[in-house]
Amino acid sequence: MSHHIVEFQDVRYHYPDGTAALNGLSLRITHGEAVGIVGANGAGKSTLLLHINGSILPASGSIIIGDLQLTAQTRKEVRKKVGMIFQNPDDQLFMPTVYDDVAFGPLNLGLGRERAAERVEEALRIVGCQGLRDRPPHHLSSGQKSSVAIASVIAMQPEILVMDEPASSLDPRSRRQLINLLNAFDHTKIVASHDLDFILETCERCIIVRDGRVMADGAAETVLADKTLLEENNLELPLSLKNNPLPRHKGAAMNDLDKLKHLIEHWKEHNKEHARTYREWAGKAASLGKNDLAGVLGEIAAETSRIDELFIKADGLLG
Amino acid sequence: MFDEGYFNLGYLDTLSYKNTFVHRLDPRAKLIATVAFVVTVVSFPKYEITGLLPFFLFPVLLFSLGDIPVKFILKKVLLVSSFALFIGIFNPLLDRQIVYSCWGFPVSRGWISFFSIMLKFFLTITSALLLIATTSFPGICHALRKLGVPGIFISQLLFLYRYLFVLVEEAMKAVRARDMRSFGRQGKGMKTFVSLVGTLFLRTVERAERIYQAMLSRGFSGNLHLMRPHRVSGADIVFLSSTMVLLYLFRVHDVVGAMGSLSMGTF
Amino acid sequence: MHMADALLSPAVGAAFWAGTVGTISYCSKKLTDTMEEKLIPLMGVLGAFIFAAQMINFTIPGTGSSGHLGGGMILAVILGPYAAFIVMASVLTVQALFFADGGLLALGCNIWNLGLYPCFVAYPLIFRPLAGSGGSRRRLTIASLLGGVVGLQLGAISVVIETLLSGRSELPFSTFALLMQPIHLAIGVVEGIVTAGVINFIRAARPEILEGSLSARPLSAHLPIKKVFIGFLVAAVLTGGVMSWFASSNPDGLEWSIQKVFGRPDLPGQTSGIAHALKSIQEKTALLPDYGFRKADDDKGRASATSVSGLIGSALVLAGVLLIGYIIRALRRKSA
Ligand SMILES: Nc1ncnc2c1ncn2[C@@H]1O[C@H](COP(=O)(O)OP(=O)(O)O)[C@@H](O)[C@H]1O
Ligand SMILES: [Mg+2]
Repeated sequence: MSHHIVEFQDVRYHYPDGTAALNGLSLRITHGEAVGIVGANGAGKSTLLLHINGSILPASGSIIIGDLQLTAQTRKEVRKKVGMIFQNPDDQLFMPTVYDDVAFGPLNLGLGRERAAERVEEALRIVGCQGLRDRPPHHLSSGQKSSVAIASVIAMQPEILVMDEPASSLDPRSRRQLINLLNAFDHTKIVASHDLDFILETCERCIIVRDGRVMADGAAETVLADKTLLEENNLELPLSLKNNPLPRHKGAAMNDLDKLKHLIEHWKEHNKEHARTYREWAGKAASLGKNDLAGVLGEIAAETSRIDELFIKADGLLG
Repeated sequence: MFDEGYFNLGYLDTLSYKNTFVHRLDPRAKLIATVAFVVTVVSFPKYEITGLLPFFLFPVLLFSLGDIPVKFILKKVLLVSSFALFIGIFNPLLDRQIVYSCWGFPVSRGWISFFSIMLKFFLTITSALLLIATTSFPGICHALRKLGVPGIFISQLLFLYRYLFVLVEEAMKAVRARDMRSFGRQGKGMKTFVSLVGTLFLRTVERAERIYQAMLSRGFSGNLHLMRPHRVSGADIVFLSSTMVLLYLFRVHDVVGAMGSLSMGTF
Repeated sequence: MHMADALLSPAVGAAFWAGTVGTISYCSKKLTDTMEEKLIPLMGVLGAFIFAAQMINFTIPGTGSSGHLGGGMILAVILGPYAAFIVMASVLTVQALFFADGGLLALGCNIWNLGLYPCFVAYPLIFRPLAGSGGSRRRLTIASLLGGVVGLQLGAISVVIETLLSGRSELPFSTFALLMQPIHLAIGVVEGIVTAGVINFIRAARPEILEGSLSARPLSAHLPIKKVFIGFLVAAVLTGGVMSWFASSNPDGLEWSIQKVFGRPDLPGQTSGIAHALKSIQEKTALLPDYGFRKADDDKGRASATSVSGLIGSALVLAGVLLIGYIIRALRRKSA
């Protein structure tokens, strides 16, 4: 097994109507890397991502995912390694309730009901959406939809997370939560976006694509700060670099301290969510007449809220 | 008309996710009870009026226990374009034999049968709306599956429900754009309609293709699995059996007559 | 037009449900055996499309009134009859629940009327032969127009038959049919034109979508209409028999009902209390005392007394029902 988890070699693809979307594209991605794919509209980002999970197969060239050569025969196996999050959550969440949707993948993997149920709980907990399990997707906000879409994919425990324009329909707060969430994952991540700030905050490496070819590949911090390179490819400097040309190595390879900072921020969000859930259920228990239970749940909620302060303290100690 | 229709749809759907005693009952129990109710109501003969009155107890109980806004549902019932009303109104015109004079007004058989149709209309339509207002649509689908309805039809219903709101919203946007650009009549003609619906159709097909890709990438191989641990509880059994008993009693016994003679005795 | 619960007898409702359930099962089996799995999301989303499209209306030229899309025909052209029938059934089911179109018992009839005729009669017997393989724009238009008209005419006559068999309406067959058929001829023509327009629109933009329907597939001569129909008849006779046996074991008919509305002759008269007061008011306001039963009744006092008992009973039942609802609401408010 090579140490590369994704390898494209001279891949070409044209759509049935003749549009050439990939024109000899080559790249290699290593285990655990977080790679941003940027490029103007129509550059071929989506087409590239669709190849990674075998939704489409190359006309020529070769693709290796893990230790498998991608072909019509292996695409089913490949899909088990690749968790694909599509651009529009309404297309991704096709089941009538959040729970059924997150369970869809695990059940297709052939897990029994109980193991599937565990996976669902776990995935919903990770993205902080336990409270939404019985809701239909059309009752969710776009931020919630995007979290559930991620849960539905990580419930299958893929090795690689692939995302197409994950932040395009999010408000600033949901976008921030998504960044924290992504930074807490150790998966190999491949994110296509023309939100360069998003890439800068979530990826250590960045690849620029134009006309179905790789135009640049390097540390996100360097590539995304190169004004002429970006302009050649019809892109603009990220906002955060416009005002502040020397960034605090946000996009650079994260050291453990940075990672910890992200994690703490993420844990804090979760903790708040948990406390809220406990309190809600305490209320429900009370309305069912289970007053003692409600009391204990209330105590758990209070204890959980107290942990918030510890997180704030920890955050402070990181400096 | 379009917006109103959508508003109703969405509101009714939201109601069905409330958390009351009625909402928590097993969807199967509610579905069976509703069907039994409808069949019992329409089983009354053509000229029945008093026998139907006790049946108002059921909607009233569901309204109050399920915390369903009465005005909203009643408005919906009244707005339903009623084929029953349209056909029933011929009865008084065609069957004019006077059978009784009540408080000085001659009453023909046609009016009695018309009134009976209206009562049945109200009871049956209200019960259908109350079923969906107290049971989430996915819940109803699970119930149908458990009751043996073919899987393909169920997955069809689930997809339809899932994308109903998405597509109606998309259609609504297109209609608003149409109405805004058509100041006179013209924009509402058949030509605009065809291109509007045609475009909506093409977008729908593309969406279906994307959904299929999303399904495949999560391992879809032809089956939609559903997980829902619905256990029948004591409340469900009590609810269903007492409904059945009441339906039977109300159908077989003359409740109004009994109340009437009782009152004549006591007053 | 949607059939309504209130016009149906249980026997007729159940019979058509039997036919509809049989057809759904048959189509499901057929699809499970042969369908590409890709069709599952496509069918589902197209159901939502039909639903949404039916909520859009357009102005019919020269009339000022508005029309909308039928759906059965378009679905059959795109998906073939089996899948189209399943989709139509699901659309009507959701409409029955969310819009209360017709009701739950009538749903069987409505799926039959609006799904079966377009998918299994108009499409294979009218549209396919007329459209031919790869048909021209004009042929397509004529085929969808005639298909639409025939489908709706059959649906309309079906509504007439269902209503007459149920015996809740006084309308005689000829009047009823004369009322229904011309209206539906007009609706059918408009729907046919719109359907043709949409099909031509699709063909211009994405011809491959219609390929399956217009190209080499053999003419669906093997469609099991006969089988379905015979199955339906058997089911209808069975359920009809069982139900009418059940019905006849109950007292039925006009006399019995009228008695219940206006009282029984064997109850004793009252001389005091509310009932008596009401009775005397009624006697004073009786402007036309010589009609119907009353004329035949030789003891007027007794008859009117018992009629009052019927009215009081009704009022008490309704008041009791409302009171129960009011109390539950009040309790809920308090505990909330
Ligand atoms: N389904 C399709 N059929 C035909 N051409 C397509 C299709 N999808 C994308 N393309 C074309 O392929 C090229 C690359 O598109 P895409 O990969 O979607 O770019 P990006 O995601 O970077 O915006 C574009 O020229 C686009 O128009
Ligand atoms: Mg794209």
